[in-house]
Amino acid sequence: MLNTKANIADHDGFYAQLIEAHEGLDDAQSQALNARLILTLANHIGDNQVLSEAIDLVKSVSE
Amino acid sequence: MTKIFETPLYPYERSPDQDATTPVRHKVVVIGAGPVGLAAAIDLAQHGIPVVVVDENDKVSHGSRAICFSKRMLEISDRLGIGDRLVEKGVTWNKGRVFNGEDEAYAFDLLPETGHKRPAFINLQQYYLEEYLVDRVRELQAEGAEIELRGGNKVSAIGTHETHVSLEIDTVEGSYNIETEWVIPCDGAGSPTRKMLGCDFGGRVFEDNFLIADVIMQADFPTERWFWFDPPFNKGQSALLHKQPDDVWRIDLQLGWDIDREREMQPENVIPRLNAMLGEDVKFDLEWVSVYTFQCRRMEKFRHGRVLFAGDAAHQVSPFGARGANSGLQDTDNLCWKLAAVIKGEAQENLLDTYNDERVEAADENILNSSRSTDFITPKSGISRIFRDAVLDLAEENEFARPLVNSGRLSVPAVHSDSSLNSPETGSFPKRTRPGASAADAPTDDGWLLDRIGDEFAVMTAGFAAPEVPAGVKQIHIANPSEELKTRYMGDAGGVTVLFRPDQHIAARWAAPSAHDITAAIARAKGA
Repeated sequence: MLNTKANIADHDGFYAQLIEAHEGLDDAQSQALNARLILTLANHIGDNQVLSEAIDLVKSVSE
Repeated sequence: MTKIFETPLYPYERSPDQDATTPVRHKVVVIGAGPVGLAAAIDLAQHGIPVVVVDENDKVSHGSRAICFSKRMLEISDRLGIGDRLVEKGVTWNKGRVFNGEDEAYAFDLLPETGHKRPAFINLQQYYLEEYLVDRVRELQAEGAEIELRGGNKVSAIGTHETHVSLEIDTVEGSYNIETEWVIPCDGAGSPTRKMLGCDFGGRVFEDNFLIADVIMQADFPTERWFWFDPPFNKGQSALLHKQPDDVWRIDLQLGWDIDREREMQPENVIPRLNAMLGEDVKFDLEWVSVYTFQCRRMEKFRHGRVLFAGDAAHQVSPFGARGANSGLQDTDNLCWKLAAVIKGEAQENLLDTYNDERVEAADENILNSSRSTDFITPKSGISRIFRDAVLDLAEENEFARPLVNSGRLSVPAVHSDSSLNSPETGSFPKRTRPGASAADAPTDDGWLLDRIGDEFAVMTAGFAAPEVPAGVKQIHIANPSEELKTRYMGDAGGVTVLFRPDQHIAARWAAPSAHDITAAIARAKGA
């Protein structure tokens, strides 16, 4: 089951590192980096059920 | 009614120093009578050290400026004798709301832990803090303490020497010279002293402007911190609403980088912005308006020989997180007992280097946290904004995204885990009270723990029988510890002995120390 509780110990450190990873990239490069990151994390998760729940969740969020 | 910040509280008076044939030598001179300078002077006077404060003005700060004071700052204020006045006058708050556009993203409650004398935060205008500090100076003077406050005294030149520092001071009646063994510049982010000494002040400038307005209104907004990302009344920017005493409300509106600063501060431009935010029918008066930009930067070293920088003069942070004045008072909390010990000959000068080490560490932590908040609030790239907005969109329905929302990480005291003043610990105790941490308050059978520690070295034993302590060291024995004290200091252990420094930071803890262990830990905490 998809974990929707807060789960990252140093969340501010993670967020800062994520933004820093994009520094100096143009839009296309940033999109490509995000895609690589998602695919890498998806592999780490591994469970198709969890990945499916995550995709459903983010598609339902209104902007 | 005349506002407190329009009243001269320490008008210029001629000092005998101005008629001396050779410059009078003082022990300590503090430059700047803001919150940090006044706290330094009071702390030193309470330790029996004569001190002179010089300031080019004679009034408390104009406008509310710093408004949000943390629990640790209030605990320090208790030690300085003004804690009760601050809390009585201040607005205590715990709840906050974060809005994203027109929608509420989520609400939070700081859920303050029980069993502390002081609340997590209060809001109070800086001018009240300064007024209470000036009153405390007067009280100490009446008790015979050697503490002097010289208004209309502007330091115009500084010279550093092996044994002393010389100062040239300008007044309406001309210049005079004094000497001092030590000087503490607390003269703000633009520190003239720092400039006169040619010291560095490196860091990062954030390309943004914020309109800050103190509004007097009878409004039924609750006592909560409201923060907006991209609100309809300030599209693409952020906004903050926070309550202060006397029906004064602090409003911050992000303006962006390319603005006409003078124009934005004109009431005819400010009032429509506030109407858009508060509603056209809300009546209000403007108490104070300012436009600020901010920086995150610090001096490489806070100690330059006999010159000991403190507060914004030494380090500057963005305002998100209330880490300015709160960290300034933690600077003087750290510095004053050390300087007093050096002046009294109880410690070597190298103890002052640990002021530098510990407070540089704290400044870096504050700069890191406030830079991250600023990057979240004001994203500096397209992708940074996309991630920020994704966090906010997710946070409305999903708990996991809420910790990522960063509208300011509120000030907590730094833990000096690697300080050379700590002794290695023996035994297994709760992490929060490890050596280097500031003392956690707790109720005891004879009042609050922090009130009992006070401002000298103190040995507290809870649970176990009291150990033998060296002569002259304060001992606190708690035979029947409260549940809070057990949780915070003992954990699963049957008892503990803790050594507190005079700034109430923990220097050592043991299961069963000998008198020799305690003596050695105190010597180490004094820099030996």
